[in-house]
Amino acid sequence: MRRLRYGLWIIVGIAAALFGLFAYQLSQPKNDFVQSAMVGEPMPQFDLPPIVESRPGLSRADLVDGEPKLLNIFASWCIPCAAEAPQLEALERAGANIVAVAIRDRPEDVERFLSIYGNPFTRIGKDDISELQLAIGSSGVPETFVIDGNGVITYQHIGDIREDDVPMLLEELRKAGA
Amino acid sequence: MMRWLLLLLAVLALVQPASAQDRMPPAPYAYTQLQDPALEAQARELMHTLRCLKCQSQSIADSDAPMAGDMRHQVRARIAAGQSPDEVRAWLISRYGDYVSYDPQVSATTWPLFVLPIVLLLLAGTILLRRLGKRAADDAA
Repeated sequence: MRRLRYGLWIIVGIAAALFGLFAYQLSQPKNDFVQSAMVGEPMPQFDLPPIVESRPGLSRADLVDGEPKLLNIFASWCIPCAAEAPQLEALERAGANIVAVAIRDRPEDVERFLSIYGNPFTRIGKDDISELQLAIGSSGVPETFVIDGNGVITYQHIGDIREDDVPMLLEELRKAGA
Repeated sequence: MMRWLLLLLAVLALVQPASAQDRMPPAPYAYTQLQDPALEAQARELMHTLRCLKCQSQSIADSDAPMAGDMRHQVRARIAAGQSPDEVRAWLISRYGDYVSYDPQVSATTWPLFVLPIVLLLLAGTILLRRLGKRAADDAA
């Protein structure tokens, strides 16, 4: 009888621990971000044509020239992409080499977007079917990746770059060898 | 009057970019089936077990989001190029983690999900057997 009672208490304890776990998990804010599993991995092979006349397209070969870069995934139809424009400009002024990929976008729309919000990019590739985006595990726009000089992805920033993200991204770029 | 006009303009400004995303034609295989019915069946079965990343509770087969269309294109194009559904799934998992797949595999993080039910069943079975056994012994006494 004594042993049975201990057993019961153990079961009560397990149930309480489970409910505690549920309560804790339910009180945590939901994380909608899908992290890329490609951080730490080399960039896949790709070759995207240019989307505007003023900038060349983007291929893997451009990312293995020894200089770490920021890779910005954007689109002219994406509102947060416009919101992060001043931060990209600040990064460029701080010496970052920023290359970009325009997702599902038309040349005339990108041209207009750049004339309004500025063009901090040295290269812009045209990705009409989210090919590169899927290949590097990015699930939305905007996203910004740090790529080291050997073409290895070292960091992924999901969502628009806020003002306080700028020093952090410069630090990530420095860690990548800039 | 002016205020209403401004409000209308503001609403239109909000609506416009959302539709702009659809100005691009969908990827070739987003809504087009593969020629070979057997391959299409494989692709379709796989698409029902892959998560749409933009509309997180739907499969890419169920979603009309442009990104789901682009993922369907990848699935069909890769199957048409001779990859097996498992290879395509593995390719996506290597990009997005287990999260992208609705077909959970036993892995370093998921094994408790598979082991726990068996352990609980065994535990319940043993307790039940022992109590029944005890009752039979009591009845016999």
